[in-house]
Amino acid sequence: MFSRLHSKRRVQLFIGFAIGFGFGFLLQKGWVTRYDIIMAQLLLTDFTVLKVMLTALLTGMIGIHVMRHFKLVELHPKEGSLGGTIAGGLIFGVGFGILGYCPGTVSGAAAQGSMDALAGGLPGILIGSWIFSELYPKLEGTLLKKGTLAKPRIPDLVGARDWVVVSTIAVLILVFFGVIEAMKL
Amino acid sequence: MKLHVVRLIVVVLVFVGFAMADYATAPNAAGAVETYDENGQGHFLTARRWSPYVAGFGIGVLAWLSFLISNKTIGVSGAYAKSAGMLEGMVRPKSREKAYYKRFTPKIDWEWMLVAGLIVGAFVSATTSGDFRVEWIPPTWQAAAGGNAFARWLTALIGGMILAIGARMAGGCTSGHGISGTLQLVLISWIATLCFFVAGIVTAFIIYRVIL
Repeated sequence: MFSRLHSKRRVQLFIGFAIGFGFGFLLQKGWVTRYDIIMAQLLLTDFTVLKVMLTALLTGMIGIHVMRHFKLVELHPKEGSLGGTIAGGLIFGVGFGILGYCPGTVSGAAAQGSMDALAGGLPGILIGSWIFSELYPKLEGTLLKKGTLAKPRIPDLVGARDWVVVSTIAVLILVFFGVIEAMKL
Repeated sequence: MKLHVVRLIVVVLVFVGFAMADYATAPNAAGAVETYDENGQGHFLTARRWSPYVAGFGIGVLAWLSFLISNKTIGVSGAYAKSAGMLEGMVRPKSREKAYYKRFTPKIDWEWMLVAGLIVGAFVSATTSGDFRVEWIPPTWQAAAGGNAFARWLTALIGGMILAIGARMAGGCTSGHGISGTLQLVLISWIATLCFFVAGIVTAFIIYRVIL
């Protein structure tokens, strides 16, 4: 339905910027561009970060699956291996705990004046990305190929309908919210 | 069977509704530093803080829009790899032949513009709410590690390097896997997000409960 719009490169770059603007605005308003809020999440004393993420996940998941049902959108499941995902995910988590920002929030933090994000986190991420590009030829055929899945999506892997998985996850997220609100976290 | 599911969802929604109403009327109860909107008569767009549920809902709507009008998913970390590649290409043109850059061409694309917009959006939100301030050391760090800005800077630099290597190995970050991948029910995105938080929590506890 929007396929003509999808192919207009310049318009798409502008839309990307506009969606990014909204994303940065919301991250800042949600207070997740703050080191203190992210560390409080990782130290399990404040659940702002997971509230933002899981609400976005819940909202996005329901909307995308409804739109997909009406053939308005197509999915883009990430391709990757279990080896690369688990090793990379754990390495990312260590960096996340040390830096205290993630790639999106580090930019937002820099934009609100947090100099540790601007002068430390951002150059660190650029250097780290460069190091990976140097390591890539060694990893490409080995770790990054370990344990690839035949089907990327959970409903296909467990043989369940989409709506069953969507509503199960939705209920679990709502129960989680209920528990952390009851615990005043 | 379907009726049971509907009933369960209704019960949970009512429960959550009460919890959220309670939360909204007692904003400090969540351990938050400040209440959501203490600007008094100020417009909500210039409020210093929104409820995390409102911010999260808005990000979910942005995810709908990126699928619908751009046929894209929101993801951030790849744009840094492209920026690093563009910088390296300027300094060392031969680097454009590297295998990684052949596979992921460093150029200004939709995701790169997304991050550019993110920076401007956060800046506008911070400045219009009086939240912009130059801060060398975050208060949490200062309280535990003292006022040495160099120590915090070096920690952030090293953390950023490790984080970026991990993001590229995993093929995404807290946005690309943590929101866009999980909402499409992609298994590796759920695994990646779990790994991000498990390793992040362990690292944070080691730093704040053991080292500092």
